Amino acid sequence: MAGIVGYGVHVPIYRIRIEDIARVWNEDAESIKKGLNIREKSVPSTDEDAATIAVEAARRAVKHAGIDAHSIGAVYVGSESHPYAVKPTAAVVVQAIEAGNDVMAADLEFACKAGTAGMQMAMGLVDSGMIRYGMAIGSDTSQGRPGDALEYTASAGGAAFIIGREKKDMIADILKTVSFTSDTPDFWRREGAVFPSHAGRFTGEPGYFRHIMNATKMLFEETGFKASDFDYAVFHQPNGKFPVNVAARLGFTEKQIEKGLITPVIGNTYSGSSMIGLAATLDAAKPGQRIMMTSFGSGAGSDSFAIEVTDNIASKRRNSVLVRQLIEKNKTYIDYSIYLKNRGSIKKR
Amino acid sequence: MERSSASLWRKIRPRYNLVGNECKNCNTGYFPPRVVCRNCGRKSKMAEKQFSGNGTVYSFTVIRTPPDTFKDEAPYTIGVIKLDEGPMVEGHVIDTGAKLRIGAKVKMAFRKMYVEDDEGLIHYHFKFEPL
Ligand SMILES: [Zn+2]
Repeated sequence: MAGIVGYGVHVPIYRIRIEDIARVWNEDAESIKKGLNIREKSVPSTDEDAATIAVEAARRAVKHAGIDAHSIGAVYVGSESHPYAVKPTAAVVVQAIEAGNDVMAADLEFACKAGTAGMQMAMGLVDSGMIRYGMAIGSDTSQGRPGDALEYTASAGGAAFIIGREKKDMIADILKTVSFTSDTPDFWRREGAVFPSHAGRFTGEPGYFRHIMNATKMLFEETGFKASDFDYAVFHQPNGKFPVNVAARLGFTEKQIEKGLITPVIGNTYSGSSMIGLAATLDAAKPGQRIMMTSFGSGAGSDSFAIEVTDNIASKRRNSVLVRQLIEKNKTYIDYSIYLKNRGSIKKR
Repeated sequence: MERSSASLWRKIRPRYNLVGNECKNCNTGYFPPRVVCRNCGRKSKMAEKQFSGNGTVYSFTVIRTPPDTFKDEAPYTIGVIKLDEGPMVEGHVIDTGAKLRIGAKVKMAFRKMYVEDDEGLIHYHFKFEPL
């Protein structure tokens, strides 16, 4: 079956601390940090958007894969913050990686799981022989309404995965993928609305937990694997707490999820979240190890993947930028007023 | 600001990927591309070339009194970058903090250059970032 040939990540250098947000809204930073298991979140620069983040991640992925970008036959970009309502981010990526014009491309939207949906689409095209390589990107510059609980977590970042089927350049084989989808009103944003709305506590059980549990159990059933058959597990990370909780309920240990748990230090990158977690896990994985990943997108659905790392992972690592290093590089803290200014929230007239 | 689809479209490859050209007769690279080689004149053999985007800072300045297009960006840094392949290119240098110096190694980044207005086009462009 199709597998991962290369990947790349991008996270903006700016961070805001939970303390700086909590101070503005007279909330207790310590209890928020503990409750959400998050210390700080990434903030895009004024010259970054979901397209520039997608391009930076895509270029790193091409370099990591060591392939000619012209051999990429499809590019899908999942985001809930595409810069244009009409004009595809995917076309910008195709141009910016110089993939040529003979490329299938489209933007996807499925809240936080549009990127993993793109991975499944690329797998289908690769396995059918329609294309040699497909690229799937999850990239977002998400916004939380000022004062809303989401403001502590909504951040910016993205990851790109290149899918191929030739064993010789595969770093990880995708053994199986399944999805669980239902119409669930847990989180939404209407056309033209700046900020998303959500159903508060309702986002937890009927949204996040129900879909992730069901998709992961389906994956267990179809592969015959159980939690202990995996070396690592990665879940969508709307905060640092939910993935720890859902992992325990499914029988995974904290050790299995620690490599891929990134939200505590960069926040929730939405479409990028589980994919950046997978990238950080692959950074540490050894040949023969197995990784389970389950994403979640509100509205709602989960995509679950059983992945087995191949021997090529070590030799390709020299072309990659490790996620944990990237997160620390040039890290720059900003305060709440700069944060508002950079987001364009300060009215000048 | 005017809608500039045609001129933007023509410049997309240089702007996204530093696509210029080089003279195959004397191996001199040009960005932006030139019709005729400065060294070879009529013997020029010009061919398209995509530069790597790696280079060093030849000179730089911090802009504190910007044109209207960049009024929300100031202060920002404009550098003259000597590309590894030879040509000198002017461009924004991002993520510099306070530590940029002449001779520093930089690589190409992909960023927004400017947005026409709320309903206009977004102009993406190469910038440079310290290694
Ligand atoms: Zn010449």
